[in-house]
Amino acid sequence: MSARSFAYLATAAVLLALVALAFAVGRYPISLGELATVLASFVVDSPHDLAPNVETIVLQVRGPRVLAALLVGAALAGAGTAYQGMFRNPLVSPDILGVSTGAALGAVLAIFLSLGVLGIQLFAFAGGLAAVGMVYSVGSRLRGHDPLLALVLTGVVLGTLLGSAIALLKYLADPYNQLPAITFWLLGSLAAIAPGDLAIAAPFALAGLVPLLLLRWRMNLLALPDDEARALGVNTRRLRAIVVAAATLMTAAAVALSGIIGWVGLLVPHAARLLVGPDFGRLLPLAMLIGAAFLLAVDLLCRTLATIEIPPGVLTSLVGTPVFLWLFAVSRRTW
Amino acid sequence: MLRIDNLAFGFPGRTVGRDISFALADGEILCVLGPNGSGKTTLFRTLLGLLAPHGGSIALDGSALETLPREAIARRIGYVPQAHAGYFAYSVREMVLMGRTAHLGAFGVPGRRDRERADAALETLGIEALAERPFTEISGGERQLTLIARALAQEAGLLVMDEPTASLDFGNQVRVLERLEQLAAQRITVLFSTHDPDHAFLCAQRALLIAEGRALALGSPREVIRSDTLERLYGVSVRIVETAGGMHTCVPSLAGRA
Repeated sequence: MSARSFAYLATAAVLLALVALAFAVGRYPISLGELATVLASFVVDSPHDLAPNVETIVLQVRGPRVLAALLVGAALAGAGTAYQGMFRNPLVSPDILGVSTGAALGAVLAIFLSLGVLGIQLFAFAGGLAAVGMVYSVGSRLRGHDPLLALVLTGVVLGTLLGSAIALLKYLADPYNQLPAITFWLLGSLAAIAPGDLAIAAPFALAGLVPLLLLRWRMNLLALPDDEARALGVNTRRLRAIVVAAATLMTAAAVALSGIIGWVGLLVPHAARLLVGPDFGRLLPLAMLIGAAFLLAVDLLCRTLATIEIPPGVLTSLVGTPVFLWLFAVSRRTW
Repeated sequence: MLRIDNLAFGFPGRTVGRDISFALADGEILCVLGPNGSGKTTLFRTLLGLLAPHGGSIALDGSALETLPREAIARRIGYVPQAHAGYFAYSVREMVLMGRTAHLGAFGVPGRRDRERADAALETLGIEALAERPFTEISGGERQLTLIARALAQEAGLLVMDEPTASLDFGNQVRVLERLEQLAAQRITVLFSTHDPDHAFLCAQRALLIAEGRALALGSPREVIRSDTLERLYGVSVRIVETAGGMHTCVPSLAGRA
């Protein structure tokens, strides 16, 4: 077996083990047998003799949370992988064009307007898309510069502007009800995911994921200098626009679901690249698998380490910082 | 194959050169000479359709270049840029496989035939031993050969090479020129630029001398590479010496010496 297929098999095995563990562990432990019974009866719609709260925990509480962790992790890692290649820069994360800041502004505005959970999600999703749409339309009009640099700089500048809008809303918000809700949202969490939330976010995330998977080989060309990629027959403007649109859909759907969880989209692509090299055909699916497993593990720790839930963003940066520095030290020029 | 008439070229809003006309025949090697900033690279980028012409016309196999989609151009013109270090550690074989892009659909992934073409290109350039090495870790000469192999895998009838010998050691320069001759023998047309007029003497059928974006001379190297033209181009005095075997070479005279 080649090292590459081993990397895939090992990741898939770890992912499966984590899924089983995530269903089993918690304040109300569930055995693998019970899990299998509930899932089997859910699939074939047959009755079982377990306590009803077992079924509720599996299907209503842990199931949506596990699926959300998998979806958000895969989406962030996939978008990060696409962006790092496209921007030819291993320090790029999915928020480089302002999707997270835009989503945060949308969510904060929805909280400020006292909208419900669905309103917050929709505003966050729309805010993420609008921010990237704005960055892209301004950045791609700045001709006569390196197109990638123009995009990144526009993203930074507009991101700062959106950040001030968030600060203003926090300043104006009701300090007893709204401000804690804003702070909680900005920290990110998978605790309050309901099955309905997933049903809304998943189609958008998949709508971004599928084109990236289809274009996975061609995306390699974006890692070349622009002139070369075009001379090899690629319409780089169009391909970049598709990649940005797909990555933005995925990230915005993920952020609307979970709030801002940093580091996944920055860290996971490196780990995957160390295992299978830079070819997107192999890299992208593996990065998505690792991202799903990583966020599932993080969320598992978040809800079991302490009596209160730890925000996943805090844990990812706690894990991410040393691992990132270590990856950098060992990988030298192999990104 | 490629015919350009009264071409004016440059960047959006700034014309760099004008009045360039020539036609390339199958299997011909044309060498472009000119000082830094004379517009060689800009001319090449225009011929590849990467910059829009500012005037005149470029016809590729009879059709106007601007009307052709990118992959149609890429199937006929291969580009060999100056060697760069690359950003990600693609293997040499992966790098060469990217030459197959224009033969694949948008969602395509290279298949067995594409791999065979890539391996054949590696073999033609004698670098099959490098296939699994990361492009970021091989030498400048090996990178240049890899980029030529990629253009070969593209199966284009015309190769445009921007200073393929720049930054190579003496041996690698000669090896690259040898490859150019082999390619021309297979009816592949080569358009390349260089800073060494001797390279034109060694392997080109014709030389185009460009100064400040205009053609100073176009013809066989022996006719157009002379003391006076080189002095016009580079502002230094040069003697053209014929060697015992009938070869020609340029010998510069250093100013301030008797």
